[in-house]
This record gives sequence, C-alpha cells and structure tokens, in this order.
Amino acid sequence: MSKEKSEYLINRNENQYEVVIGLEVHAQVLSQSKLFSTSATKFGAEPNTQVSLVDAAFPGMLPVINEFCVKQAIKTGIGLKAKINKRSVFDRKNYFYADLPQGYQISQFKDPIVGEGKVILDMPDGQKDVGIERLHLEQDAGKSIHDLDPKNTFVDLNRSGVALMEIVSKPDLRSPEEVNVYIKKLRSIMRYLGTCDGNMQEGSLRADVNVSVRKKGTEEFGTRCEIKNVNSIKFMQMAIEYEANRQVDLIEDGQSVDQETRLFDTKKNETRSMRSKEDAHDYRYFPDPDLLPLEVSDEFINQLQSEIPELPDEKKKRFIDQFKLTPYEANIMVSDIETSKYFEDVVKKSDVKLATNWIIGELFAALNEKNLEITDSPISAGNLSKLINLIKDGTISGKIAKTVFEQMMEGDKDPKKIVEEKGLKQESDPKALEALIDKVIDNNRDKATEYKSGKVKLFGFFVGQVMKVSGGKANPQLVNEILKKKL
Amino acid sequence: MSDITKQTLSELVNNIKEKKLSSLEVTKAFVDRSEKSKELNTYITEDFSNALENAKKFDDNPKLDLKLPGIPMAVKDLFCTANVRTTAGSKILNNFVPTYESTVTQNIWNEGAILIGKLNCDEFAMGSSNETSFFGNVQNPIDKNLVPGGSSGGSSSAVAAQLTPITIGTDTGGSIRQPASFTGTVGLKPTYGSCSRYGIVAFASSLDQAGPMAQNVQDCALLQEVISSYDQKDSTSIDFKRNQYSKELTKDIKGKKIGIPKEYRVDGMPKEIDDLWQKGIEYAKDCGAEIIDISLPHTNYALPTYYIVAPAEASSNLARYDGVKYGFRADGENLIDMYEKTRSEGFGAEVQRRIMIGTYVLSSGYYDAYYLKAQKVRKLIKNDFDEAYKKVDAILTPSTPSSAFKIGEKTNDPVSMYLNDIFTVPVNLAGLPGISIPAGHDSKGYPLGLQIIGKAFDEQNILNIAYAMEEKIDFKNKITDWWIK
Amino acid sequence: MSIDLKTIKHISKLSRISVDEKKAEKLASDLNSIFDFIEKLNELKTENVEPLTSVAETTLKLRPDEVKSKNLREQIIKNSPKDNEDYFVVPKVIE
Repeated sequence: MSKEKSEYLINRNENQYEVVIGLEVHAQVLSQSKLFSTSATKFGAEPNTQVSLVDAAFPGMLPVINEFCVKQAIKTGIGLKAKINKRSVFDRKNYFYADLPQGYQISQFKDPIVGEGKVILDMPDGQKDVGIERLHLEQDAGKSIHDLDPKNTFVDLNRSGVALMEIVSKPDLRSPEEVNVYIKKLRSIMRYLGTCDGNMQEGSLRADVNVSVRKKGTEEFGTRCEIKNVNSIKFMQMAIEYEANRQVDLIEDGQSVDQETRLFDTKKNETRSMRSKEDAHDYRYFPDPDLLPLEVSDEFINQLQSEIPELPDEKKKRFIDQFKLTPYEANIMVSDIETSKYFEDVVKKSDVKLATNWIIGELFAALNEKNLEITDSPISAGNLSKLINLIKDGTISGKIAKTVFEQMMEGDKDPKKIVEEKGLKQESDPKALEALIDKVIDNNRDKATEYKSGKVKLFGFFVGQVMKVSGGKANPQLVNEILKKKL
Repeated sequence: MSDITKQTLSELVNNIKEKKLSSLEVTKAFVDRSEKSKELNTYITEDFSNALENAKKFDDNPKLDLKLPGIPMAVKDLFCTANVRTTAGSKILNNFVPTYESTVTQNIWNEGAILIGKLNCDEFAMGSSNETSFFGNVQNPIDKNLVPGGSSGGSSSAVAAQLTPITIGTDTGGSIRQPASFTGTVGLKPTYGSCSRYGIVAFASSLDQAGPMAQNVQDCALLQEVISSYDQKDSTSIDFKRNQYSKELTKDIKGKKIGIPKEYRVDGMPKEIDDLWQKGIEYAKDCGAEIIDISLPHTNYALPTYYIVAPAEASSNLARYDGVKYGFRADGENLIDMYEKTRSEGFGAEVQRRIMIGTYVLSSGYYDAYYLKAQKVRKLIKNDFDEAYKKVDAILTPSTPSSAFKIGEKTNDPVSMYLNDIFTVPVNLAGLPGISIPAGHDSKGYPLGLQIIGKAFDEQNILNIAYAMEEKIDFKNKITDWWIK
Repeated sequence: MSIDLKTIKHISKLSRISVDEKKAEKLASDLNSIFDFIEKLNELKTENVEPLTSVAETTLKLRPDEVKSKNLREQIIKNSPKDNEDYFVVPKVIE
C-alpha cells in the first residue's frame, strides 16, 4: 500500500509531524423510550414534555433498563466485528451540572457491554483498519440554554436519560480525511443495523475528538487534548486541523502540550481550553447500586446475530462478485443502505453497467443539486430501470435519455410515456435514415466531394447534420454505418 | 371503648372487622393522642384532618376483607407520599411535595390503612439518635430527654407512645432495630430486595430496606405481609415466594438451631447487655431451640466497612439535591455558587460529614484503598454468615451495645455514635433479615432488645422465633405518659 | 494517615458544599477520627477476594421498550424553586 501520496503531515521548520486521532463517538440509540425510564425520545418536542420523574431525578426514583437498548448496543457491537461481553456493569460518573439532574450519569466504565472490534475504511489508496476499543451504553444529559436570558440559564431535560452508545476508537486515525471516512462508515453500519439514525443535525451523532501530534517516525504518542462534543464532520476536521497545528506550534516553540479538555468554537474556528471544568474532573466512578450487573446469555446474543442484515463490507464484496462493479463503484453503492437498496432495485430489471453509470452520474448529480437524499428521489428505482431499458434496446439514444431524465426529475413519470408524448423515439429504420442522409448529402455536395478527395475529418460534420435534421432522434450507430456507405 | 390506643393492631383490625369500632373512632383516638403528644416531636407533618375525612369515607363504604381496614397509620418521613410533604428530615426538602407514592406505602393504603402523618427521622436517615433531623429532636416516651434511637426515631417513639398502632421505618445500618430496642418495641429489617425501594428517599442503595415497627411480633408479621412485594420499578427487588407471615406465624420452634456468635461479645460491653443475651439464650432453649456456638470472624470489620460503603453511595445519591429541580435553593451569583450555598445551607452537619467521607473514599487515588477494599471485606462478612448458616437456622445477638442515651450525650463524638450500630450493621452488609424484640430493662429501667438474624428470605423463621420468645420474655414497657399534661 | 485542610477543601469542591476555615477544621478533625477507625480494614488481606457490590443474588431484569410516561411538565416543574413554565431556571453558568 503506497501511503506516501495521501499522508497527512504538518511541516514546520525542518520537522514533519504526524497527527494521531482517536474518536469517542456518541450515537443515540434508536428506541421509543429512554434507557432507564419510560419517557419518549422524539426529537423536537416542546421543552420538558418528555421528562419522567426518573429523568428529573426525583427523590426515591429508580432506573429500570430498556431491553431494546441493550439489544441495539449488542447489534452495533456485532456490526463492529467486536467482542460482546456477556457480563457488563453500570457505573455512576459523578459530576454536577445544571442539565444532569441526578448529579451523576449512569454509564459503563470498567466493564462495557462491547469490547474490541474494528471498522474497515476504504481510502483512495487502499483499505485501512481502525481499531475499536469498546462500546458502552450510557445516559444522555439534558440541555442548558444560555442565550434566552441575560442572567439565567434555562434547562430542558427532554434529552435527559436518552440512551447513547459511546463508541471509542483506538488512536488509529491519522488525518481529517480518515476521520471523515471513519464517521461515515460508522454511521453507515449503524443505519444498516437500524441502531442509530446517524442524524448529526439533530445531535444523534456527536464526537469527542482526541488529538495529539508526534514527529514523523517516532513511536511514542504525544500529549493529547480532548475536543468535546463536536457535532459535524466538517467541524471535526476543522477542529483537528486547528488543534494539530496549535500543538505543533507549541512544540516548535519549545513549550509542552497540556493534557486538557478543549472546546471547538465554530464561529472563530479555533479550539479553546475549558479550564473551569478541570477541577471537577474526578468523576468518582463506582458501580451503580440501583442496578445489578447486566448479564446476557449466548442464546440472547445468537438470536441478535441472526437478525443482523448484510452489512456494507459484505455487501460490497457481493456487489463486486455478482454485478462486477469496480471497488470504487461498489463503495459508493453500499455507502448508505438506502442507496444500496435503490441500486439493487434498479438492476433487478435492467443492465448493471448502465444502471451503475446512471446512478453514480446523472442521479447523484441531480439529487445533489436539489439537496435531496436518495430516499426522496423524484425518480423511482422502477422508472430508472425503464429508462435504462429504453437506452439498452435502442428506443432512445443516451442523449435523448438525458432529456427524458430531466423531465422525470420534475415528477416521477414513466419514461415510456414521456418518449411517446414528446415523440422522442429514436429513428432506427434504415430506409428512413437513408432518405435523410441522401438529403443531407444532396444539400452539401461540395463537402461530399471534399470528403471523397481525402478530407476525412468532414465525416463528423455529416453526422452532426443528420442528427440535426432528425431532431436528435436518429440512431447514431446506424447513421455512421449508412453514411460510410453512401459517402 | 376507652383504651383504643392501647390496643394492638390485630385487636383493632378485629374490632373494625366485627364493627365494634369504626375507622373514625380509631383514627380519632390516635389523632387525639397525637395532638396531646406534641412534646415528643414525633411528627414532621401532621395530616390529621385528611385522616379523619378518609376514615369517614372508609366507614361509609367499608372494605372489611382488607388486611388493614380503616387503620390509621403514621409513616417515617423518608417515604414519598403523594400530595403530602416529604422532607427526609432535611431542610433541603423542607417544601417538597411529591406527586407520587412509594410502593411500600401504596401497598399499605391498598390494604385499607389511612395516613395520619409523617414521622420525624434523622436527616436522610443518617443518625442513630434522631438528633440530626432539621425538625428537631424526638423524645423517647420511656423518659424525658432520652433519645428514641435513629434514624427511625419518630417511628419508634410514635409506636411506643401509641400515637400510631403500627408504623414503617427504613434500615440502612440498624435504623429500625436500634430505635425499636431503645423504645421497647419490635422492629424488622427484611431481606434486601423484599420491600421495594421505589419512592423511598435513598440513603445507601445497596443497604436500604424498609420494614415494619410494631408493639408485638404478630402485628409486625402482619405489616410485613402487606409491605413486601416484588416491584418491577426497583431493579434490585427480588421475585421470591413471599409467605403469609401473620397467618403462618407459629410458636413452635422446637429443634430450631440458633447460633451464638462469640465475636458479638465486644470489649467494654456493659454487663447488663451480656446478661440480657444469656437470658435470651435461656428463653430460646425454653422454647425448644438448640443453641450452637458459632463464629462470625469478620464482625469487627463490619462498622468500618459500613462507614465506607454507606457514605460513598450517599455522596452520589444526595447529589440530586442541588436546588435546581425541587427543594431548597440558596441564592448564588452563578450556578456553582448556588450549588455550594444551597448544599451547605440545606444539609445539616452529619449529612455533610458523610457526603465528604463518601466523596473522599471514591476520589481518584483512594478508590482502591477504601471503596474497593470495603467491598471485598463486605464479601468476607457475607461469607461468614453463609458459613454459619450451614450449621444454624438463625443467629441470636443483642440489638445494641447499650440502652438509650440522653439527648446531646454523643453528638460531639461521631465515632461513639456510630458504635451504636455495631450489632446491626453486619446484617445490612450481608443483606439478611433481622428482627429486634424487647427482652428486658437495664438498671435505669430503659428497655433492651435482642436481635434474631435469619437466612436471606427466611423472615418467617425469625418471626416465629421472635413470636415464641416474646411469650416467654413477657416484656412490659414502662411508659408513664409523662409528656401528657 | 491524616486528612489536611487542603484535602478537605478539595473534597468540598467536588461535593459542591462550601466550607469556611472553621468548618474545614472541624471536618478535618472529625474525618481524621473516623478514618482512624476505618483504617482497621488494613489488617485484612483481601488480594484474592471478589468485591461484593450487591447482595441481591439475581440478574438485572430488562423492561420492554414502551413509552408509558406522559407529558408531566406541570407536575415536574411545580416543585422547582425557579422556573418559567417551560424550563427550569438556574443562575448563569460560567464556562
């Protein structure tokens, strides 16, 4: 694997620095109710309307765990090719904050539900494995709103107690681009599994980013800083770039990097220290005495294993084998479960090669332009395969197909109907074409003579004229053949 | 009937069932006596007028097949009661009115009982004399200026003074059994997981357990039958077959093997206590039990273990009292300032002390040396009992190392206060059931109790032993109503 | 061992309880006598002992994923020392 080209290094004075990144991704578990209470988890509800007595930590209230969240975590663990721990323990992480009603977060510290696993990244220069350290279940906190009132902070506990999976990677990432690919892959796996919707705008997926730098070639890790709660891939990349450069500057300046928690300021595009939190950093973890150790049986795990759908890595392999896609094409098709479904629906009834090109080319471009997801595509998989079949059987040319496609984007219309209504059917009758061609040659006698005397470049001119006269409908292949004969 | 408040629970239940007494008559009698007994300071919140109204309602539509038909009852103020203020004896919850009911109290109301008020207790159940309550000391009806024990001091005082026919307390390290012993009453701490903790203000989650406090063993068994239930709202509640404790109660304990642990003969234990224990052994023999010497070698380590485990859990359990969602809030310039002032003004000295101990033993660098160590010793203590129960059916010990002491006598010396629980704490650490029954008086005429410890889920057995011994002991409480003018 | 004033101040910060000099001294002396008594545990060798977290010898029960708690905003906020009908209100948080 030639890494040279894509290596991400920071150069300062004679030195080259490598950036070492580890991510703690917080993924909201897709579930109806919260991890330890029966209140709803819907996004966007009125403040404090999805808060139970347990979530607001009323005296005497006790946590009772949601089975579905446990299953979701285990499924995600299977998707990360990870070890599932049959016994795990819930601990309390103690700290005070306005949106943490219990004064502690129930999390898993020493014994998480999922152990080591890996995520395979498809980089332009080959595959790369990123190690997963662990996955554990924990409660989300509420939300503090600082900008509604000059003197006060408002607290909304709707999120309080929502189940999160914290997925901790090993420090295996080396560039902002790898982080981009890693997050997308993780998101894709969870969406395939239906364990997290991966919606970053709604906060369903956030990450704490650990960044350190070291001189290229050294083994030892540098001192790391943790950038808290970054909620978009773009911000993660910006934060890493800023932070890595800040650390390199410090080192080049003869100073040392302090291990600390930092915040990414999206307005100023910089990270800054959260020193106020430093003294409260002793979380005093201990096993939650309100809960017992969580034990799951082999049967329980096997049952979940049997419910796991085909995941991106396996699907990719199958697409390459079955449909002869290139790895590049396969990657795109499996990147999102909806895309892969769309693709498979299209190729059920039409040519794979054409379908691949049309999806990756025209369709993605058009969706992109309209800012639509594949699930919102105006063109259904069925109609796209019809369009492809019209090209394949010569009913319309590729060029005409683009016109039809554009009309289909305006509303999911049957391409056959569009072709009929607008009379876009390709002219493939040799006799009709001959008549056309005779007419064109007649009208351009002088050029025909020039062609015959050796100016072969003029062939293109004749093709163009025939197409023009036919209104673009003439079958280009036939036109070529007949022209050659006639000239 | 003039002596309504002198009747046992079982007598009252029968009289109501046979329509010799109405719920209103009974309720009024206990309300009246409570009104005359303010000097004992047993109540934090009285609910007398509602109680009388509810008694009338009960009489209008009596459900006589219930286990506690129209019986008035005051409960420890650690149980959340819907729409009735619940303080846990703390300033920080001074104005807190729950909208929900604890499972244990709900079970009681479901059997027809009527709430008459919330009883005083040590703040967050942290104390052995009821002196840490924000709502003031409770007088022991046995003698003026005598503590009623703690933390369920209001409960023990109210039962002994007959302000309520029966009550419930909570026991984390002895908080039911020690006050029962100090007031000449019966108190049962059930097996951990027998009574739901849902809706009980938490002190130390792995130790807390609610239990009945009564005038006699029969009443105690009946209330235990009512409050013990498997509850899906408490993850540590245990689904086991519960007996009909009062119906199955028997004095036939012939051949039961009762262990006498030599380690409970502690240094400096008053001779009176030792004598009481010996007398208890004789009573047990009289009942036909077989006495066997046993060893619980780690007994001495129970109290230090408890003073790591309980404060650690408490420091975390009490973090929710931060002035944000409910309860007392002090003004602060910013969030942290508000927290620090609220908790400093809202919690009393003992609670603060225990939060500090708990925070310290969990803090970075000390966890292994204290908290982990304590959990390991806790295992050893439990193993001791497991070993002993291979040989015996129950264990007999004194309930406390002394009789009740004077108010103020131990407030300046936390360790000597903690030593009160030396015989009760191991039972909580091992999660076992234990019952204290009154067994005699000391030279001052103050009551002394004996403790019978059982195997897990074996409440019926220790109730039976207590029932049999109770008859032989024939204890009479010496209460003069000195506080009624 | 001895718990000094600096430690008292540290743990009072962690536990969000303000402590002045006088209170800190009293706490230090109380805690020291309590820990003297706790140190007794060091007499025991516990290397090979499994720690006991719960005496409840049962496994964690799992509940179905069902929404049962309704909108309790009014009930929940009712007990709050300060609120504005929609939110709990606390003094400004300084980061």
